[in-house]
Amino acid sequence: MKKVKMFLAATLAVSMLVPMAACASFDTSSGTASGTTGTAAASTAGGNVTMSTNAEFEPFEYKANGKIVGIDVDIANKVAAKLGKTLQVRDVAFDSLPAELTAGKCDFVAAGMTITDDRKKNMDFSDSYFDAAQAIIVAKGSTIKGKADLKGKKIGVQQGTTGDDYCTKNYKDTPPKRYNKGADAISDLISKRIDAVVIDDYSAQKFVAKNANQVQKLSDALTVEHYAIAVKKGNTQLVSTINGVLKDMKSNGELDKIINKYKSALESD
Amino acid sequence: MNFTFPAVSMSFFSVLKDQIYECLIKENRYMYIVTGLGNTLLITVFAVLIGVVLGTLVALVKTAHQNDPKKMRVPNAICSVYLTVIRGTPVLVQLMIMYYIIIVGTAINDIGTAILAFGINSGAYVAEVIRSGIMSVDRGQTEAGRSLGLSQRTTMVKIVFPQAVKNVLPAIGNEFISLLKETSVAGYIGIQDLTKGGDVIRSITYQPYLPLLATAAVYLVIVIALSALLSKAERRMRRSDYR
Repeated sequence: MKKVKMFLAATLAVSMLVPMAACASFDTSSGTASGTTGTAAASTAGGNVTMSTNAEFEPFEYKANGKIVGIDVDIANKVAAKLGKTLQVRDVAFDSLPAELTAGKCDFVAAGMTITDDRKKNMDFSDSYFDAAQAIIVAKGSTIKGKADLKGKKIGVQQGTTGDDYCTKNYKDTPPKRYNKGADAISDLISKRIDAVVIDDYSAQKFVAKNANQVQKLSDALTVEHYAIAVKKGNTQLVSTINGVLKDMKSNGELDKIINKYKSALESD
Repeated sequence: MNFTFPAVSMSFFSVLKDQIYECLIKENRYMYIVTGLGNTLLITVFAVLIGVVLGTLVALVKTAHQNDPKKMRVPNAICSVYLTVIRGTPVLVQLMIMYYIIIVGTAINDIGTAILAFGINSGAYVAEVIRSGIMSVDRGQTEAGRSLGLSQRTTMVKIVFPQAVKNVLPAIGNEFISLLKETSVAGYIGIQDLTKGGDVIRSITYQPYLPLLATAAVYLVIVIALSALLSKAERRMRRSDYR
């Protein structure tokens, strides 16, 4: 009987360890200071607000020195300060962001996300804070000179983005190759597996800057878009808080200052 | 020709040195791999524990039912459904279902969800392995135990089960090693594991060579260490065979 009790006790002890592990995990997926152990925090608990993003989109969100930084992160920090909470950042794939909102894994999404009617069906958007366009990146010396030359070519896009939507809609006969991240598309462009990449203009500049001797950005803009912050459908309170923060930032010039800060970081690289 | 060889090898090493600097040392980028390794090991260890406990329970239920079809009909049915569903779906899909559908909200964090998902997945395979181990033990052992007056439970726990484990230790070791590598998909739910660490470096530097090879090398080293530990355990268990 004693042995059975010991066995049961051991099993219970092991199963007790699971929540402990969940709490004391190496926490690089959330928090702006990754690379150190920390405690995972639930976004509903006391002082945290969680933002999900895809930290591979310079200059809006990207990893530098073990931290996630960028225009969206700065805006999110302002929102968190307004709410009186600490910001936790989750880095996931771009096309998982809607699921993150629906499943309540985060409070809002700031990921250079464009407002589209389809997306409005599943989430609520704040006011827009940035005007963007889809640009075309091609290899240096490519025969593709503009929008018209894209027809019939192999195009790479990031999955779930408006670039993906645009190419899927307009080039039905040659659907685009979808990548989990823009950097993979650029790598394939460099290794000539695809002919062009369609991705957001501002970040295209950064991709090109990092690979300046192999790719170039064309001047054609394919679409006109507006970035906004997304929240779970129905969370009107958070939307109005975010809108308030954005309005303040626009009127006192802070938003422009942040965008220009990263723009010059872009150009100096 | 002889003069170019040292020049070529020199430039290879200098390219390698540059790559190591850019991918690992600059801005402490090796830390992405180190913390990734920590997360991977954390998930693996706890998932293995859950898998073993769950697998043992399921195996015992299934063998009890097999020996006497009148007993344990409902538990056996539940276990059969569990085994079919878990073995019939890819672990990545299970992970995403667990994360986006089952564990809604942030009650359990992402690493805890991954531990649960991988543990439940591993449990199904471990259950079948242990069940085959139990069945491989000669029926004479059970008969001897029962005829000595030991209860069914004592016979199973003290006589049959230890021999079963000794028989299937290589297969279970295999399962643990698979689990370590299966956790590489944890990046899909935003966990910064070892594979994701290499991935992050790759997307910062646009260099595929060093990040991918470094990640592979770390997995390899861990698996070699695990295999060495397992063969040591096997050897100790086999000592009694030659008495």
